[in-house]
Amino acid sequence: MPSLNYAAPTSVQEAIALLAGAAGLAKPMSGGTDLLVQLRSGRLKPDLIVDTKHIPGMIGIREESGGFVIGAATSGATLEAHAGLKAAWPGVVEAMDLIGSEQIQGRASLAGNLCNASPAADSVPAMIAAGAVAVIVGPKGERTAPVESIVVSPGRTSLARDEFILAIRLPARPAHSGDAYLRFIPRTEMDIAVVGCGVSVTLDAQGVCTAARVALGAVAPTPLLVADAGAALVGHTLDDATLAKLDAAARAACKPISDKRGTIEYRTKVAGVLARRTAAIAFERAKGGVVKGH
Amino acid sequence: MNYIVPQSELKIVGTSPVRPDGVDKVTGRATFGADMALAGMIWGKVKRSPHAHARIVSIDTSKAMALAGVKAVVTAADFPEIPNEEAFVGEGPMNFRDLSRNCMARDKALYEGHAVAAVAASTQAIAEQAVDLIEVTYEVLPHVIDVEAAMAPDAPVLHPDMFTAGIEPKPTRPSNIAKRVSFAKGDVDAGFAEAEVIVEGRYTTQPVHQAYIEPHACVAQVATDGQAQIYSSTQGQFMVRAYSAKILGWEIANLRSFPLEIGGGFGGKTVVYLEPLALKLAQKSGRPVKMMMTREDVFRASGPTSGAVIEVKIGAKRDGAIVAAREVLKYQAGAFAGSPIGPGCMCGLAMYDIPNVDVVGYDVVSNRPKVAAYRAPGAPITSFAVESAMDDLARKLAIDPLALREMNGVRDGSKTHYGVTHKDIGFLPVLEAARNHPHWKAPLKPGQGRGVACGFWFNIGGESSGAVHVNEDGSVSVVSGNPDIGGSRASMAMMAAEVLGIPVEQVRPIVGDTASIGFSFLTGGSRVTFATGMAVTQAAERVVEQLKTRAAQIWEIPAEAVEWKDGKAWPAGLNAGAFEPLSLAQIALKAGRTGGPISSEVSLNAQGAGAGFGCHICDVEVDAETGQVKILRYTAVQDVGKAIHRAYVEGQIQGGAAQGIGWALNEEYIYDTKGRMENAGFLDYRVPVASDLPLIEAVIVEVPNPRHPFGVRGVGEVPIVPPMAAVANAIRSATGLRMPDLPMSPPKICAALDAAAGAKAA
Amino acid sequence: MSKHHVTTTINGEAVEFLCETQETLLDVLRNTLNLTGSKEGCASGDCGACSVIADGTLVCSCLMLGVEAEGRSITTVEGIADGEKLHPIQQKFLEHAALQCGFCTPGFIVAAKALLDANPNPTEEEARYWLAGNLCRCTGYDKIIRAVMDAAAELRGEARAA
Repeated sequence: MPSLNYAAPTSVQEAIALLAGAAGLAKPMSGGTDLLVQLRSGRLKPDLIVDTKHIPGMIGIREESGGFVIGAATSGATLEAHAGLKAAWPGVVEAMDLIGSEQIQGRASLAGNLCNASPAADSVPAMIAAGAVAVIVGPKGERTAPVESIVVSPGRTSLARDEFILAIRLPARPAHSGDAYLRFIPRTEMDIAVVGCGVSVTLDAQGVCTAARVALGAVAPTPLLVADAGAALVGHTLDDATLAKLDAAARAACKPISDKRGTIEYRTKVAGVLARRTAAIAFERAKGGVVKGH
Repeated sequence: MNYIVPQSELKIVGTSPVRPDGVDKVTGRATFGADMALAGMIWGKVKRSPHAHARIVSIDTSKAMALAGVKAVVTAADFPEIPNEEAFVGEGPMNFRDLSRNCMARDKALYEGHAVAAVAASTQAIAEQAVDLIEVTYEVLPHVIDVEAAMAPDAPVLHPDMFTAGIEPKPTRPSNIAKRVSFAKGDVDAGFAEAEVIVEGRYTTQPVHQAYIEPHACVAQVATDGQAQIYSSTQGQFMVRAYSAKILGWEIANLRSFPLEIGGGFGGKTVVYLEPLALKLAQKSGRPVKMMMTREDVFRASGPTSGAVIEVKIGAKRDGAIVAAREVLKYQAGAFAGSPIGPGCMCGLAMYDIPNVDVVGYDVVSNRPKVAAYRAPGAPITSFAVESAMDDLARKLAIDPLALREMNGVRDGSKTHYGVTHKDIGFLPVLEAARNHPHWKAPLKPGQGRGVACGFWFNIGGESSGAVHVNEDGSVSVVSGNPDIGGSRASMAMMAAEVLGIPVEQVRPIVGDTASIGFSFLTGGSRVTFATGMAVTQAAERVVEQLKTRAAQIWEIPAEAVEWKDGKAWPAGLNAGAFEPLSLAQIALKAGRTGGPISSEVSLNAQGAGAGFGCHICDVEVDAETGQVKILRYTAVQDVGKAIHRAYVEGQIQGGAAQGIGWALNEEYIYDTKGRMENAGFLDYRVPVASDLPLIEAVIVEVPNPRHPFGVRGVGEVPIVPPMAAVANAIRSATGLRMPDLPMSPPKICAALDAAAGAKAA
Repeated sequence: MSKHHVTTTINGEAVEFLCETQETLLDVLRNTLNLTGSKEGCASGDCGACSVIADGTLVCSCLMLGVEAEGRSITTVEGIADGEKLHPIQQKFLEHAALQCGFCTPGFIVAAKALLDANPNPTEEEARYWLAGNLCRCTGYDKIIRAVMDAAAELRGEARAA
């Protein structure tokens, strides 16, 4: 009977050696909330699970040059409890918080959500909008890559088999900045996003947008950074014409499929709706408002 | 005796004591199906068809049998062929050939997930590996999922020996239409000719699963002399015994069936799936065998209730008097005949007194799991259509929808289109309670809508047994033969305590196995508090008679001169005051010297179940851009006859309403082009979660059923009947859209809103 | 690979067990340790019936490997009551008739305990969202929410709510 091995390395080097040296398929595991489901269903048949949670730096949040470094296996519940992170990047924290139940939040992580490489991952559009960067370790040492470069197709990442994510870095926030994430699901909880949208903006003192990043989830094979949607915001306040342009840009970027969770038409329409609604929250936050996201 | 008295005269019935099995359930001690374990136990696992429709060419189990740790393998060849004949059990017909073939496919696999073989092995992992080693050669056949596609003349035929019943002359070609049923009253064409206002519509519903949180599970043990025990999570231990014995060809007396705690059933655990397989594996392996379904198995191979297409047409005079109604119903049965088409044809129009009615129904097979009972089987489907049409009719007539129902609602003496005359019913009091409820008059904000809809269920009685034993210390044991699915142990104890005049804590109710209590039909049809409650009440009354006789013996006076009051025997008449009263405990202590144990078991066939009616009011808000519906407020009014345990009666009503809301908004089966279910899990089969729902107010109306000692009517089924139309009518009120297709999911509402906006613009 | 030897704490007691890698904590609790109060409703983290508290954090035991329990402290439904004395949440579930079949109840009790540990004064909406990962098909959640709110009030030392 083929047996599944497990290792819990306590250093990056040890983990890399395990991943590189494994005879068959080796999978890094942080929270395991996706991995264990795939294991149980037989969709994934690894030979080795490398539990990364005992590696120093994998769990915890620290502030660094105005930004944040979030250990790759840090749980959603830990993010939610971090007041500083929540104040700076409420959209990212909310996006993470939307994944599954409280029980899932006790285990699931930003990096795990990213590496699961689902087009519908909630935290990924929020991280992309935030300009988040993944710190990746492998045999050649450490490298960084923008979050939008990690997912290459459904279920596949740009990481080599002997690489894993050590941390997610969120940049420092200029004044008058705000982010938000909204997703559409049929129920109020416990669903996979039909569409997800992350927006991060910086405004000038008059409330005119000077920088914007808009990202969409579940409308294409990978989460999308929608440059046109961001461009539609820059130089404007959120007037009706700007909202209409944003809506159109978001819809134009969609290349969705029809599946059990939504049709092409519906996903495209809702992408525009969510872009407007998410931008409105991000703008309010940039102006200093405290807005409940969901 | 009769205890239909004002609440002030009752001490226990009508209150809400803590349930006797509660502590076990909040501490994790209660033993549910999968919690059972026996020494030497091994694990069984089912191999299931990956195809929706396929001929089984061959099954090679040799590699599986050769795997170390595998103890037994079974296929259809291990079970006797059963002739194609219909038996009647409880609520409906049962064809044991079909049941056997549903438990284990013979010749053909008829749906994805259909069992084709089963193994037992020393560990779960080995059993799973052995399942993969069983080699089944299939000839894949064309399949059909949709009910109307299955009725088409060129549809792939599931059963070459299925010729539609109920059609004269008998059809010459087989089809997927198992039967046609019809009911008529008056002259429906004349009725429509007389009508001044007519509404019609075509409605569709999707199959929905009972979605009990506990997957099916059982443990079986068979000795070499053929004596067998089966422990399972079921709605009926006697059903498990009878069905398993029939499928195995065993004698009923050799099989003892133990009911474990049941983690929800809602009708879905009124049949067997795993039990006969576990028993056969246990027999072949000589070891106790445990079997559990995964959640995916539950969705693919058990339940659900029918999906359907319903056409309805209702005609009325300008003043609102309904003069004619026509309904055509097509119910999908799954892979074997037996949808709830009969109740479907009856229930939708049973609530209204209509002189001219014509209803035709079709029972249709397709390549889906065989439907199982689900709360008021058939009624919610037809009522979604009829109650939506009633709402349209009220709008067209510009009459308040409750007033329309009050005007046409059935009362005592109203004769239904299926021949039964309503008697001692409480529909009008239910409507009155709804009208008087503050919810009905509460103001709505712009963008919000309110809907109202009603529901009916017959409720049933049937065969039940109940025993009351007085223990040596004066405590009392109550034994019934019905699994406690939602608090029935509490209601049995309460009725017994009320009759005996003792505190309910002094009564310990248990659910007996098939050797510990007389036959009891399963827990279903909202029958237990009515029928089993009747048996327990009568048993308690007989115990009271014995207690009086014993007291008379102790006092040496005639038994007629003893009264039973407040849990004590009192000398009465000429002897009043002559002796100190004797408590139940004092009499029990002397039982050995006054004639032996004091106990009584009553077995009966309860007749006279009282029909139930409900009326639900629902407020919604619809997100105009995404089509998402939010339930803002929900009130469910129901005539329960008499609430024995008020809180559990409320709970039944709230739970039924919540299930109906799920049915209305998001629950459905999604199939791919090969007929494989795509959403076989709780992630994408979307039952309501806590944050989806508001507090649901249950309003109890009590119009006693005179044929039950306490006035009880069944409670559990009525509340799932109105919600789909109540939600649809609320959406109609909020948006102007009539949503005829379930579920009313966001994409569907969004598309309808866009289409309406487009039509307006054009 | 031979089985893992795991040393952990369950409901305050030191426990050792052997498990295969693929065995979840739920498998171990139920099949190895005979702690069958945690239930398997889905094995995919969607129903919450297997909820346990691991080092103070609410998790689904079906989504945690048994081997991951090494060195940790796990609380299951069997550890919520103080000996024979029920926890106020358990008592309120009984008083409010907040269970029908009782299968989801252990998960709800554990999840509610984690909620009130983290937030002693939740709003009804917060309680509903926190408990959204626990499915109940019987009750429509109404009485469960009332029981949790009432237990919260009692734990805060307030007079009975509702």
